[in-house]
Amino acid sequence: MQISLTDVYRIAHLARIEIDAADAEEMRAKLASIFGLIEKLVAVDTTGVDPMAHAQEVTLPLRDDLATEPDLRERYQAVAPAVEDGLYLVPKVLE
Amino acid sequence: MLDAPITELSASLRAKRFSSVELAQASLDRIASLNPALNAFITVDPERALADAKAADALIATGSALPLLGIPIAHKDILATAGMRTTCGSRMLANYTSPFDAHVVDRLARAGTVLIGKTNMDEFAMGSSSETSHFGPVRNPWHRDYVPGGSSGGTAAAVAARLVPGATGTDTGGSIRQPAAMSGICGLKPTYGVCSRFGLVAFASSLDQAGPLARTAHDLALLLNAMAGHDVRDSTSLDRPIEDYARMLLMERDARPLAGVRIGLPAEYFGAGIDPGVAQAIDGALAELRRQGAITVELALPNVGLSVPVYYVIAPAEASSNLSRFDGVRYGHRAAAYTDLADMYRKTRAEGFGAEVRRRILVGTYVLSHGYYDAYYRKAQQVRRLIADDFRRAYAQCDVIAGPTAPTAAFRIGAISDDPVAMYLNDIFTTAANLTGSPALSIPCGFDASGLPIGLQLQGPAFAEARLLDVAHRFQQATDWHRRVPTMAGNA
Repeated sequence: MQISLTDVYRIAHLARIEIDAADAEEMRAKLASIFGLIEKLVAVDTTGVDPMAHAQEVTLPLRDDLATEPDLRERYQAVAPAVEDGLYLVPKVLE
Repeated sequence: MLDAPITELSASLRAKRFSSVELAQASLDRIASLNPALNAFITVDPERALADAKAADALIATGSALPLLGIPIAHKDILATAGMRTTCGSRMLANYTSPFDAHVVDRLARAGTVLIGKTNMDEFAMGSSSETSHFGPVRNPWHRDYVPGGSSGGTAAAVAARLVPGATGTDTGGSIRQPAAMSGICGLKPTYGVCSRFGLVAFASSLDQAGPLARTAHDLALLLNAMAGHDVRDSTSLDRPIEDYARMLLMERDARPLAGVRIGLPAEYFGAGIDPGVAQAIDGALAELRRQGAITVELALPNVGLSVPVYYVIAPAEASSNLSRFDGVRYGHRAAAYTDLADMYRKTRAEGFGAEVRRRILVGTYVLSHGYYDAYYRKAQQVRRLIADDFRRAYAQCDVIAGPTAPTAAFRIGAISDDPVAMYLNDIFTTAANLTGSPALSIPCGFDASGLPIGLQLQGPAFAEARLLDVAHRFQQATDWHRRVPTMAGNA
């Protein structure tokens, strides 16, 4: 299957992963070989076959709508790159 | 003392032949001497290990009979451990310490095990050789120029080299069974839902399952007894009656202990592309199973050859979604320099993920993107159903399916690390059990011409763990492949 450099940049953008020009061609070539493997599926006749999303054919259980978690904010924020006043800090989005 | 399996270590601890502190110290000493050559561990915590062991000794003194009490173990570094870092073999999480324990970590701690440390792995469990870790490749104890298999290669090398008698792994497409085979030990992937995924850093949620690696089938059963169980924090964790996975092993049987067991041999597992040394070892193992009374049944799994292509659509698709959480905001690596929020995401993820993880995220993003979803993702899910139907029909004719775990023994470090498709084809016999959710294990059954171990894979229908372990145990009662000690050859 053909994968172009444009495809590589497009999906890298969707995945929010920076790709520099030096690596883009190698990525393109390796993705093309991976899609060569995946392409074998195209020829399979799957008319009328119900997609299988999961190994368990069971309905996911619903629990009662009760608060079960204690407040763990401090423990969770202790491992964050930047926090202040209980909030996660990110670069300014709005000027 | 670390040459003994868990069953014997446990008896010795109870008989006070040595203490849990002495056993933990022996493990720590052996890690200090051999880990520099193997790189099986990312983190070792002697202080915590000795404290755990001291607590275990106190319980042993009261007469507690927990089968894993005082046994040193390790966890694959993808299972969250409070107070001990969990890196996933990635720069992204190199300094991450979880605020909580994974459910299986908690279960094994409650069973009285002594946590020695965390084992090395392919980054985010995406690999079949344990070469892609940010912390460097793991080396095979049988020959250090060779890979130990992957992605649970650190665990496999640690157990094979007698650094610890048992440890955890995770298996999304073969990551417990293939390294067990290539390192000459035993590994079991349970039925999907038997072990909770809470605290298992998600790679492909519909396929991931934790399981044990050890040196005997009996030890696998004891570890699984502790790991299995319902957990409300994982919506796919099954609420089933508690099972003793060792129950069939302890039954007295005559000279033909496998009489009546039907072992299916799919033509697709015995065709071209299998190393002659592997084929020979598998034939030898099947002869032993027949000698013990098993009946072999030839059958077909016409769609099983599509398992790898299906897997390499579904697993990357789920990974691209799961790994979107690593954005440099709540935990893990954040790029040092960026222009704005979008640039911070892009640079954080480019720096934090290694090449194979980036590739799989891009494959997953592509197959889920607008205009391609039906052609790839939906198609893969349909073929997944065809594969599951093949197995359902097969299990009407047999109790267990046998074959090689991998088409070859271990390969040299670097031999195929630049060829993703060649690497993926290592999973040719293992991915189907993940796609169908059924249990499968690998046990040692011979060596190739270079002296590298070969694994026999036994698969069964959902919840057949006890049966698989029984067949493996009876095989091990009559053979000694699992008792062979690695040579630590090579100059690496």
